[in-house]
Amino acid sequence: MTAPEPSQADSVILRVENLGRSVPGKILVSGATFELRKGETLAIVGPSGSGKSSLLRLLNRLDEPTTGTVYVDGTDYRQIPPRELRRRIGMVLQRPFLFPGKVAENLQFGPKQRGQKLSPSEIEELLAGVGLSGFESRDVSNLSGGEAQRVSFARALANSPEALLLDEPTSALDEAAKRDVETLIRQIGQEHGIPCVLVTHDVEQAARLAERALVLEGGQIVRSGPVKEALHA
Amino acid sequence: MLKTLFHGQLQLGLAQAGVAALTALLVVMAAARRGIHLEKDLAIAMARGLVQIVAVGSILLLLLRSPSWTSIFLLVAMIIAAGATSARRAKGMPGAFQVSTWSIACGAGSVIALMTALGVIDTPITALVPVGSMLIANAMNTNGLALNRFRSDVLAHVGEIETALALGADGKSSVSPYVQVSFEASLIPAIDSLRSLGIVWIPGLMAGMLLSGARPIYAAIYQFVLLAMIFAASGLTSLISTLLIRARVMSPAEQLILRPGQ
Repeated sequence: MTAPEPSQADSVILRVENLGRSVPGKILVSGATFELRKGETLAIVGPSGSGKSSLLRLLNRLDEPTTGTVYVDGTDYRQIPPRELRRRIGMVLQRPFLFPGKVAENLQFGPKQRGQKLSPSEIEELLAGVGLSGFESRDVSNLSGGEAQRVSFARALANSPEALLLDEPTSALDEAAKRDVETLIRQIGQEHGIPCVLVTHDVEQAARLAERALVLEGGQIVRSGPVKEALHA
Repeated sequence: MLKTLFHGQLQLGLAQAGVAALTALLVVMAAARRGIHLEKDLAIAMARGLVQIVAVGSILLLLLRSPSWTSIFLLVAMIIAAGATSARRAKGMPGAFQVSTWSIACGAGSVIALMTALGVIDTPITALVPVGSMLIANAMNTNGLALNRFRSDVLAHVGEIETALALGADGKSSVSPYVQVSFEASLIPAIDSLRSLGIVWIPGLMAGMLLSGARPIYAAIYQFVLLAMIFAASGLTSLISTLLIRARVMSPAEQLILRPGQ
């Protein structure tokens, strides 16, 4: 299958075409069409049950779409092996779900799936990037909620992703930890140039972090565009 | 007391069954007073159990003079029934019946075949079917425990499993910690039976052998033999079923199919 003629082709990382998913008796997502461009943060906002997380799960094929597809750098993602796709399109969930053991072991998890190993300096660099220098040998059971979430960001970044999907990454955190993670999200976009799709129910957070936004209602995109226009229309 | 009231073996048996069922019913009524309602389940289970065991007894009576190979059909039917019963413990898991039936067939079936070939299990129907059925029944219980534990562990750890998938892990390794735990947990009853043999309980087969005049030492050794066979059949069944089912909870695109509400 060939990708449609892209607009601003060079800067598009993900092109989402008529993406949808239905389960018996319910349409979760319908006809989602949008692009994710290099270096940008795209917010997906909407009320509870509007299909934000369902849409996000379709982007790295954790769920199977029933309509449409996603093009990753112009390639239909169904032609990319799922493990390779998920390495390229990383994800951070609402809760960090760290694996039992040390912080460094969590960072090694992704590369280990491909038979690779991070060097101590690479681990140190990843941890420094999320503000956790010296945490390599810490047991994950001794981390605070904010620290654990930052480790989960470092763990996703250890796979060198081309884009990151963030599913309400601050909703389980206290105010101080939330600010730290927001700073981290900005750094990921600005310093690493990795585009992010941020699912959030917090409109103010979307306005703080994103350049563009999609507003979802009943599984459909009802508004999209520059963040201030989309959110305050 | 019953023996003074009932003289015929059949009448006595029915009276004993009635008294035992009444005792079970009293327990269920006590549970019902505390809001735990098992009345329907117990009534159906007892009625089914009684009809089934009497039916098997009648079939055995008919088959007593048949050649040994006819017992294969009876054991195959038992394996299919065990697969269906066991699969009910794995509600919502795709392919549970096929996985259970194949696992019990390979696990219990291979142990029965090997032990029969080696002469550990006698070939007459009166020996092969009852001993074989014990191995199948225990394999069924172990399989049910393994699948039930695997199902509940996967449902309780969807976040961890999908985190692993999202980091590029393959489907099988994402659920492998729960395969191991389910396998170990399913074998606890079989290990405990072996461990407590002779101390906590004297199993029915040994009691039966003693009543029919076998030497106590031989009866005791054969009981150990039986429990070791049960462990082998159950362990192999559980090993096969947990390995087979882990592939069934993932789609070809390595997506977790077994999720809450699906």
